[in-house]
Amino acid sequence: MKYTQGKYPIMEKQAIAEDTFSFTLLCPEAAAIAAPGQFVHILPAGFGLRRPISIAGIDREAGTLRIVFAVRGKGTKALSELRQGDAMDTIAPLGHGFTLREDAQHVVLVGGGIGVPPMLPLAAYYGERSTAISGFRSFPQVILQSDLEALGARTILCTEDGSVGAVKGFVTTPLEQLIQEGVDQVHACGPMPMLRAVAQLCIQSGVPCEVSLEERMACGVGACLGCACKTKTADGEEKFLHVCKNGPVFRAEEVCW
Amino acid sequence: MADLSVNVCGVDFKNPIIPASGVFGYGREYEEFYPLSALGGISTKGTTGQLRTGNPAPRIAETPSGMLNSVGLQNPGIDAFIEKELPNLLTKDTVILANIAGATAEECAEVASKLDATDVHMIELNISCPNVKQGGAAFGTSCTAAAQVTAAVRRATKKPLVVKLSPNVTSITEIAKAVEAEGADALSMINTLLGMRIDVRTRRPVLRNNVGGLSGPAILPVAVRMIWQTANAVSIPIIGMGGVTTGEDAIELMMAGASAVQVGMACFTDPYAPVRIVREMDAFLEENGIASVRDIIGSVQPW
Repeated sequence: MKYTQGKYPIMEKQAIAEDTFSFTLLCPEAAAIAAPGQFVHILPAGFGLRRPISIAGIDREAGTLRIVFAVRGKGTKALSELRQGDAMDTIAPLGHGFTLREDAQHVVLVGGGIGVPPMLPLAAYYGERSTAISGFRSFPQVILQSDLEALGARTILCTEDGSVGAVKGFVTTPLEQLIQEGVDQVHACGPMPMLRAVAQLCIQSGVPCEVSLEERMACGVGACLGCACKTKTADGEEKFLHVCKNGPVFRAEEVCW
Repeated sequence: MADLSVNVCGVDFKNPIIPASGVFGYGREYEEFYPLSALGGISTKGTTGQLRTGNPAPRIAETPSGMLNSVGLQNPGIDAFIEKELPNLLTKDTVILANIAGATAEECAEVASKLDATDVHMIELNISCPNVKQGGAAFGTSCTAAAQVTAAVRRATKKPLVVKLSPNVTSITEIAKAVEAEGADALSMINTLLGMRIDVRTRRPVLRNNVGGLSGPAILPVAVRMIWQTANAVSIPIIGMGGVTTGEDAIELMMAGASAVQVGMACFTDPYAPVRIVREMDAFLEENGIASVRDIIGSVQPW
């Protein structure tokens, strides 16, 4: 079995920032096989299409998956109004996750905004070998810094307006500095302009980098070809791959930025 | 259990439910959920003469009770389909409809002639894709062009030929009659309705292709009406589709005149939709004391 669909009960719900929620779902069969970078596909009641949401925590022992999402429209609004004990109609786990580098001494996890949550399972894997650089617009959007620290990651917080955190500005400033000190792998998720800048920096510096992409999706399993992502092979041939099945994680150099 | 088997232009289906072309790929992804043998048939992703890369993203937009898509016939081409996908599909104990398309009548005919040499059960000729620049809906919106492409494909194959009609026309019955006259064995309808959404904040269309095809529950009444009109105008069978989400929706299309039913967007909402719909149809027939689903085809009693 690669994925399964079920109505999974909500074990825990928390509002963790402005319009941002954390849910823990009891879904042992999905939790048993989920990997960092994969996502779940959730149907808000009364809607026709599911919402892809990245996995923010995998607890195989408890049989739970954690998701963290921001309210972006009517669908995520409806999901955010569910309560503990309610069920979420979910297909999980989906997609191709991050490469876990056993050999890596120093891994940098770059998250931007609601791209920070998928960094948590990576921090759980790498622990003290990881530095998490997180970027947000401003203080009210900041999430998950203590969660990252509890998993052993060193955290560097950046805000565009400097309202909180060590860095005023973008994630690329501390990333550039860390790369000079030595980085074996970068994993990133966040808005396209951030990912583009991170990918460019890593490609120039010769640091292996993986990015997790987002696209409007229908089936979520690779059948409908809706969530196209333009990619190129090493010899320059361009083709559309699909975020749901070939991704959401791609190597920085295979994406046509 | 009621008798759910149907026959469409000589091809036997164990039940009338077929995932529609484009939503189901070649079945591999949905086989994780249930055996494909539970389905009446599968209409495969539209296949063209050569590989097509499709349109840039976004290709998907949600709409009230429906969705828009502009995938643009992304497919590996007919040779790859016949070599890599068809042999596997033919082992699945379900009817395989190879959906084909092309930029020209010659391309459609070439694809059909390659399929003629295989064991595929039926060919579904798409003359109604709204998402490609050449061919596609251009064939399906003119009687002359629809007749020409049907005739060309008819000459290229002896396989049962289903022609998939576009709803984006003034008179669906005229197109249907033109296609029937050129030797189509059945019709499938309706393809998506051309639509568009704009993000009012960016003033950009939501779809990168600007326009796309509308499917989902929103189009069910259009499908019912067009199937009913067409069933009264032609003598070949109709495979109905358009917004079917439940067993009763499928029953409704069959009462309008469809002999079998395809399921599209509902597969995204609920990956089990096709098998659930089969179950719900059975329950409806049982509850209403109808022995065979064939008894309801075209059984609407209009005022």
